[in-house]
Amino acid sequence: MSAVDTVRNRLDALPDVGLVVAFIASIWAVMLVLAIAVGGANWANLAAGFIGSVTVLIGGYAILALALNLQWGYTGLFNIGIAGFMAVGAYTTAVLTAPTDPAAGAVPGLGLPLWVGLIGGMAMAAIIGGLAALPALRLKADYLAIVTVAFSEIIRLIVNWDGLAEVSLLGVPIGTGGATGISFKSANQVASTFINGVGQPLVAAMEGVGVSGPNLANLTYGILLLLVVAASYWVLARITNSPFGRVLKAIREDETVTQSLGKDTRLFKIKTFMIGCALMGLAGVLFRGQAGYISPQQFRPTITFYVFAALIIGGSGSNTGSIIGAATFSGLLFYLPARLGENVSLGGTRAPGNIIDAVAGLGSLDPLPLLAYTISNVSTLRFVLIGVVLIYIIQNQPDGLLGHRNEPATSVSLDRPQSGSGGEADE
Amino acid sequence: MSEPEATARQETAVTSDAIDSPLLVVDGLRKEFGGVVAVDGATFSVAEGSLTGLIGPNGAGKSTTFNCITGIHEPTGGRVTFDGQSITGLPPYTLANRGLVRTFQIARELSEMTVLENVMLAPGGQVGESVIRSVTPGLRGDVIEAETAVRDRAWETLEFFEIDHLAHENAGNLSGGQRKLLEMARVLMTDPEMILLDEPLAGVNPTLEEKLLERIHELRREQGLTFLLVEHDMDVIMNNCEHIIVMHQGSVLAEGDAETIKSDERVLEAYLGGDV
Amino acid sequence: MGIAEFASDGRVVMGDRPGAVVVAAVSGFLLLDLVAKLAGTTVFFLGTKLLGGSLTVGSLLSMVVDGLLVGLAVGLAGIGLSMTYSILDFANFAHGDTVTAGAFLGWVAAYITAGLGTGAPISELFMLNSGRQLSTVSTFFPVLLGLVVAGVGSVAVVLLVDRLTYRPMRNTDNISLLIASIGVALALRYLIAFIFGTQTSGVASGGLRVTLFSMISVTDNEITLLVVSVLLMLGVHLLLQRTKLGKAMRAMADNEDLARVTGIPTERVIRLTWILGGGLAGIGGYLLVLESGTISFNFGWILLLLIFAAVIVGGIGSIYGAMAGGILIGLVDSLALIWLPSGLTRASAFLVLIVVLLLRPSGIFGGVSTA
Repeated sequence: MSAVDTVRNRLDALPDVGLVVAFIASIWAVMLVLAIAVGGANWANLAAGFIGSVTVLIGGYAILALALNLQWGYTGLFNIGIAGFMAVGAYTTAVLTAPTDPAAGAVPGLGLPLWVGLIGGMAMAAIIGGLAALPALRLKADYLAIVTVAFSEIIRLIVNWDGLAEVSLLGVPIGTGGATGISFKSANQVASTFINGVGQPLVAAMEGVGVSGPNLANLTYGILLLLVVAASYWVLARITNSPFGRVLKAIREDETVTQSLGKDTRLFKIKTFMIGCALMGLAGVLFRGQAGYISPQQFRPTITFYVFAALIIGGSGSNTGSIIGAATFSGLLFYLPARLGENVSLGGTRAPGNIIDAVAGLGSLDPLPLLAYTISNVSTLRFVLIGVVLIYIIQNQPDGLLGHRNEPATSVSLDRPQSGSGGEADE
Repeated sequence: MSEPEATARQETAVTSDAIDSPLLVVDGLRKEFGGVVAVDGATFSVAEGSLTGLIGPNGAGKSTTFNCITGIHEPTGGRVTFDGQSITGLPPYTLANRGLVRTFQIARELSEMTVLENVMLAPGGQVGESVIRSVTPGLRGDVIEAETAVRDRAWETLEFFEIDHLAHENAGNLSGGQRKLLEMARVLMTDPEMILLDEPLAGVNPTLEEKLLERIHELRREQGLTFLLVEHDMDVIMNNCEHIIVMHQGSVLAEGDAETIKSDERVLEAYLGGDV
Repeated sequence: MGIAEFASDGRVVMGDRPGAVVVAAVSGFLLLDLVAKLAGTTVFFLGTKLLGGSLTVGSLLSMVVDGLLVGLAVGLAGIGLSMTYSILDFANFAHGDTVTAGAFLGWVAAYITAGLGTGAPISELFMLNSGRQLSTVSTFFPVLLGLVVAGVGSVAVVLLVDRLTYRPMRNTDNISLLIASIGVALALRYLIAFIFGTQTSGVASGGLRVTLFSMISVTDNEITLLVVSVLLMLGVHLLLQRTKLGKAMRAMADNEDLARVTGIPTERVIRLTWILGGGLAGIGGYLLVLESGTISFNFGWILLLLIFAAVIVGGIGSIYGAMAGGILIGLVDSLALIWLPSGLTRASAFLVLIVVLLLRPSGIFGGVSTA
């Protein structure tokens, strides 16, 4: 491949990167506007808080949506056990890195460094994913869905079980912490180390405009997560835009044909499942375990469905769409309504305590109580919105925002070769 | 496949008589679904380099025989030998990698993939089918090189079947006849020794039919490929196949060249009895 | 498609034998262990406890009764899931929230009727938080009315949902329908949370406790659950066997295309499927709350996987299978306590679900199609 080709390929890749950056930047802008509108003098700190939280959410859901896109968007493996594989990764990392001499009442771990824990967590999620895949991948898509969701609940119940809260493995005390959860080395420390080290001048500058330390740390963590997203995207784009990815697409389209063309589809499916699960495991630690603490409640099946919503919005089958979908879902549907509900007030009207009192206002032609009730419960209503959006998209735009695009599964440009140049390939 | 090998095979095809060097041998093949016997002791062989026709009235067991040979069904009994080795009950991908491939009665294109992607999928043993090699920067050079070669060959194959103008089209947008051509192009990309064609001409217009048959003869002549052809159009079979197998009620009723089959009373009876 | 299915069927049969042997061995061991526990003996092997322990017949029986009661309600709710699965051909993930919706509607009706004239403010009654505990004996008519409202209300809910969501998608693939149902599940669940809040309310407790055979103690509410579910199951049986529409439903569950060519009015059958399935789901939910005493916005969602387990164990599409599967899963969920710590009993029901799907996807009652 010539240097010109390389440059052209880079340029071809640029619009997608630009699209993602512009999209996330506009969500940040929305948060900034909201912070300025409601924050008064404190706007800068509020903006940092909003943007930090939304970035962490986008990062977490983007990794998960990318992983699901590999499994479902590319290969057609309908895995709705995401929460379970996240739990496997997160708990493995936690057990590996929790301190050997924890605070009173907490569970001890192996005290290993964080990077060992992260690799261990991903490996364990991949192994468990592979073991689950071996028998399950021959099932029809909807059966696979039920098996995986049941499997993820079993995992959650097991880590929740007090019998494993603290056990002795070959004389070493470890455990899951049961329902109380477990504290471990948090990836957040990487962000804090950065802030307290090289980032010190930045911290000073930010503190000058009123941004608090924790908010800045959170924002830094979000940006670190986006770097993980970028790395995942790079790896997944290479995996999917390759002969391997071509086989995955073919399996999604028609597995029998793919087999008839000489591909051992089972092997491809298991590999894909393992790679996706490893990434889900990583997201389990980095996203749910941001604060260095996890508990079984964080791995309920609902999070699986949020990831599906994100991917479907973005467009199943497109890696870029996965990130855009995650940003749309977590920024605009999940985070923004809740902040709006908290910060919008209706003059003097206080929200009634229940819906009857709210509706009662309508009798005297006063819609304000109902409106106030609605606003104060917007964090509940946003899930109704998510459900409705999901239905709308599946009915009217099943390709989501970017799923209609063809991201050809090949490692090279597909243009017709110049005649005469392909001499050695001639037969 | 290398040049001398192909020539050698071509020579065998030319010099030997039909049954002397069988490439595919089906011996006492049997398949039951529940209690229903679909194939009942079918026995026949296909000579290397030949174009053999497989005919029979509806429900004679032709498709099931195909499915048993190509590993989509596991036979209840009997043996299938390909190139001197038993392939009974082997999965489809193993067979494809040994050079035995098939097309489907109703063309099964991978509709959300482009025509080029469809064709580029087919070659066996692509280095880029390894995840590690596709991702790792240092190892990726081989993948790019192999991929370029596959792409160039894909374009040639599409040109051969005259569907290169559709290369970037999603396969789902193709017409019925174009899909048949795509299927042929796809199996050809696997570098096969033998192709089983399940009604390749069904729903294809006469011009395209002519073109497809021409291609099949060309591939036999120039690359020494062996074809086993299931087809409903009797004229096509009689005019093109030098050896014809007639199946009826799950087993082989008659075998021979066109003249023999035409004059066989039992064949006539089976067709009249079966199709009325 | 047919080809692929045949291929995988073949492999399932192949893998059936070793799996069945393992399942048989495990069940045999558990049974042996149960006998040893009932006899109060413990068997040691090489110094570790192999099996046995102690368990009284009384506590075994009360576990059986508990499992049976939950199982009946789950089976009742499962009928609808099984029917939509076979007739509309998709796994309905909103079914659990239909159960919740029906239960809330029923309990609000029961609560308000029971509370009328007691001076309790209507908003308190509506929100189910006046603290009053209903029982069949003390408030018979309100409980009965609630039962009817739960059935009728959930029918209204599912018909509306079908009109808005699934009907425009009749010819879509089953995964799109499944995803749509996830959307419905979210919308329905949080609409309920928006109206009734996210707290857990105690609404019922047994008004009368009777002891049967001087060993099993049951409450009036539990007896109501038993009687109503058995009656409804009988009713469904009669409907399917005796009426023309019931036969049409069985035909359609078997083969929709065939049913369409033979002139069975599919849209009518679909509507009846929703009516019957939705109504039974709502009543099932109502009865479960009557038995457990508490209600919250996500109890049906939590129950969904258990209902799926019942339907799959019984064989998808089989209505009798759903009933039997419900009872079986209820019993597994409850009896697992004999061998497992309480935190893991629910996991055992899910494990049964997975094992059945892997070894015998047609269900353990033979996979003879519908009814």
